[in-house]
Amino acid sequence: MVSADIKPIFTPKDYKSDQAVRWCPGCGDHALLNSLHKAMSELGLESHNVAVISGIGCSSRLPYYMNTYGFHTIHGRGAAVATGVKVANPNLSVWLATGDGDCLAIGGNHFIHAVRRNVDINIMLLNNKIYGLTKGQYSPTSSRGFVSKSSPYGTVEDPFIPAELAFGARGTFFARCIDVDLPNSVKMLVAAEKHRGTSVVEIFQNCVIFNDQIHKTISERLTREETTIQLVHGEKMLFGKNKDKGIIVDGWNLKAIVVGEDGYTIEDVLTHDAKTLDNTLHQKLALMNPENGLPMALGVIRAVEAPTYDRSIEDQVKAIQEKRPIRKLRDLLLTGEVWEM
Amino acid sequence: MTDQTIVKDVENVVVLFSGDSGDGMQLSGTIFSNLSAVSGNQISTFPDFPAEIRAPQGSLSGVSGFKLHLGSRIYNSGEQADVLVAMNPAALKVNVDKLKSGSIIIYDIDSFSEKDLEKAKFKTQEPFAELGVKGLQLVPVAITTLTKDSLADFEIDAKSKAKCKNMFALGLICWLFNRPLDFVNHMLEQKFKKKPQIAQANLKVLSDGYNYGQNTDTSVSTYRVETVSCEKGYYTDVSGNRATAYGLVAASEKSGRPLFLGSYPITPATDILQELVKLKELGVKAVQMEDEIAGISTAIGAAFAGNLAATSTSGPGLALKSEAIGLAVMAELPLVVIDVQRGGPSTGLPTKTEQTDLNQALYGRNGESPVAVVAATTPTNCFDSAYWASKIAMEYVTPVILLTDGYIANGSSAWKIPDLAEYPDIVPHDVSLFDGENWNGYTRDEGNLARYWASAGTPGFTHRLGGLEKDYVTGAISNGAANHQKMIDARQGKIDKIADSIPLQELFGDEEAELLIIGWGGTYGHLQEAVDKMNRQGKETALMHFQFINPVPRNTGEILKKFKKIIVAEQNNGQFAAFLRRKFDFDGVDFSQYNKIEGQPFSVIDLMNSFTKKWEEK
Repeated sequence: MVSADIKPIFTPKDYKSDQAVRWCPGCGDHALLNSLHKAMSELGLESHNVAVISGIGCSSRLPYYMNTYGFHTIHGRGAAVATGVKVANPNLSVWLATGDGDCLAIGGNHFIHAVRRNVDINIMLLNNKIYGLTKGQYSPTSSRGFVSKSSPYGTVEDPFIPAELAFGARGTFFARCIDVDLPNSVKMLVAAEKHRGTSVVEIFQNCVIFNDQIHKTISERLTREETTIQLVHGEKMLFGKNKDKGIIVDGWNLKAIVVGEDGYTIEDVLTHDAKTLDNTLHQKLALMNPENGLPMALGVIRAVEAPTYDRSIEDQVKAIQEKRPIRKLRDLLLTGEVWEM
Repeated sequence: MTDQTIVKDVENVVVLFSGDSGDGMQLSGTIFSNLSAVSGNQISTFPDFPAEIRAPQGSLSGVSGFKLHLGSRIYNSGEQADVLVAMNPAALKVNVDKLKSGSIIIYDIDSFSEKDLEKAKFKTQEPFAELGVKGLQLVPVAITTLTKDSLADFEIDAKSKAKCKNMFALGLICWLFNRPLDFVNHMLEQKFKKKPQIAQANLKVLSDGYNYGQNTDTSVSTYRVETVSCEKGYYTDVSGNRATAYGLVAASEKSGRPLFLGSYPITPATDILQELVKLKELGVKAVQMEDEIAGISTAIGAAFAGNLAATSTSGPGLALKSEAIGLAVMAELPLVVIDVQRGGPSTGLPTKTEQTDLNQALYGRNGESPVAVVAATTPTNCFDSAYWASKIAMEYVTPVILLTDGYIANGSSAWKIPDLAEYPDIVPHDVSLFDGENWNGYTRDEGNLARYWASAGTPGFTHRLGGLEKDYVTGAISNGAANHQKMIDARQGKIDKIADSIPLQELFGDEEAELLIIGWGGTYGHLQEAVDKMNRQGKETALMHFQFINPVPRNTGEILKKFKKIIVAEQNNGQFAAFLRRKFDFDGVDFSQYNKIEGQPFSVIDLMNSFTKKWEEK
């Protein structure tokens, strides 16, 4: 037993299983796996207190590469299985590895309801905008017109933006990171675990085989600082290589400006408030996109406190137990309408 | 005129309480059935609620009924009624076909006005003539007026007074069956503990109803119903669904594993969820999920975390859960899946009863995906069956499907509150039982072929489960040809091994009998009554009724060999018969079938006619 004040020191290796990792060379899942190992060691989680759940898809292989409790379940249902694990044992740190198809197509219902209930689980949504394991069909996050094996003339449907779904389901935590950006990925995963409630971390992940460079605009190292903004609670929304660009409110919309140009000063630049209950601005931030002249928002976009489902269930049981002393079925039945023969 | 009253001695009686949804017939019925049980009768009841949520008052679709079968040989909730209480013309019309000839109809003459008759779609002012009723004993009583008069001195509002008329009817029935009122008084005082005035009003009306029967020339004979002695103990009235819920709780208590239920409302299984959400003081976690799939998926998650996990549903929901059951088979997790069968296919007849999900339970998954199947036989047996399903699930680390049905789920009988000390132990096949080396998540006990269950959170036993095939030895993902065969065999072998720990099959009746009837699940009561009556007519017939379906008890083949004539009777097109033929295809065993799928319980007369034909066959 480790006494409470001495925390055992863990290294990323402690979370690696003995299984050979089978993702394609260059796949973004490798990077995320490393970030997860690192995040867990930073958090000092004991591996037996961690359960990593997944559905089906390339990224859903992840539990096999963890030296924790792991469960590779069925397509789309990971969020529901994770909910059951967490409700049964709220002391576990529960993670869900899921992809855009698993989470937002077949598993869409479980995703929004897990978010709505605010179950204290961490959802790692690896978004590569493609079905990789079935070899190249469009996904619910593929852009309109996207050409794939199942859309040879381009899709005729609009994609989900995961953040919109999470906010629509009244989500309490939403963060974003890029697979190849290890330091920020680790930060997001650590923040997700520390948040009490359903944490959704959207990871822009590259599928090197079927959708290579789909996130190029935002992931390219040379241009990343111009096309993305790393949001930090309480800090000014600044971006660009020289941190001279900022986000301001212009009427009902957000606008990117250069500080010192066109009469804009640092005072005009918004300060990020991830903790405000109203999610309107969070939604606006999440919808920013280089295509509409705004940087893609990364970092913790929203993190608000709210009761969690798993603890609320426990609390209700405790509250009733305090009021009623009966603990055995027979004793309970004997308090009902009974007669003696 | 009491001295003129003749007392009729009977073995069994069926009483039907019927009225408008608001007439309180369920309460009168429940109290009278409990009273009968206390008086030493066996009881079996069945509620008949209107299908519509709020049907118009006095209409045919708004009739709410409560059927009670009481006596000394009670196996089911009875068929044709001996006594009908009809609170309005609609109740009369709906039930007129369900009466024996010579039966008694007590009806509230106050609610047979022109308007009331119109609401029940009578065309004339002569409802009995219009229905062609003959040979019945009509007892018109001004129940509404008499109730009002009875409460003339009570300072409660008119509506509350009117509501007491079900007690007048109950009083009359108590008189008809020579029941003392003390127990009813006690029950009413309990029920209206917080409203003493209402309690007093009910007691007054009840007693006036009783006296009315005694003091008036009602020209009907009263009943004396045979009683039986029963085991000493405390009894309560329990429905099949509630018994199912309690069975899970009992298994949780016995095994020391917390109970988790993940569910989604569906007729006729919802009561199981609604019962378990109440039992928070017992530590039960029961959650209503977003759909059927989430219901079972959360349960699978809870099983991974070490709980006794269950999900409750009906046929359409079981179909939705199929893939997840397959996962529980592959990941080898304990799980109890309760299917309260209803009429199908598709939405089918949600409020009616059938046994048409057996094939779905046995085979409704992709791949070779064996699960244990248990079927409850009566409302009270739902408790034992849920207990056994949980025991098998945790001891063999496997999903178990528990089949009940709409008939036994909604039906009730008197139930001796169980003493868990008398129930077999449940020893979950936990990883703490493992004493070897090199454990992994799929390490198997070569004795019962179950893997060792290690709850997420246990130090030293982290492991990965999943729907992909695993290596028999290492537990890692495997595509190996020979390994797959080995794992298929191990999963099947594990289910077969369950036969080592379940009770042997019982045979009711003589093993030399001419005819063997085979049944399973919720048809027990009707089959037993039919077989009982066959024997009393000198047509020796035996009954082998199955509670354990997969695997069947070890001695099943031995019993089968003793009979030349066999009928498998079930409410489907022969699903169990086909299952048995596949298992027992030795010479001389010939399974005839009796199949009826009308959404209704079997008719004992029909069964007997069919059985007699076979019995007489040369």
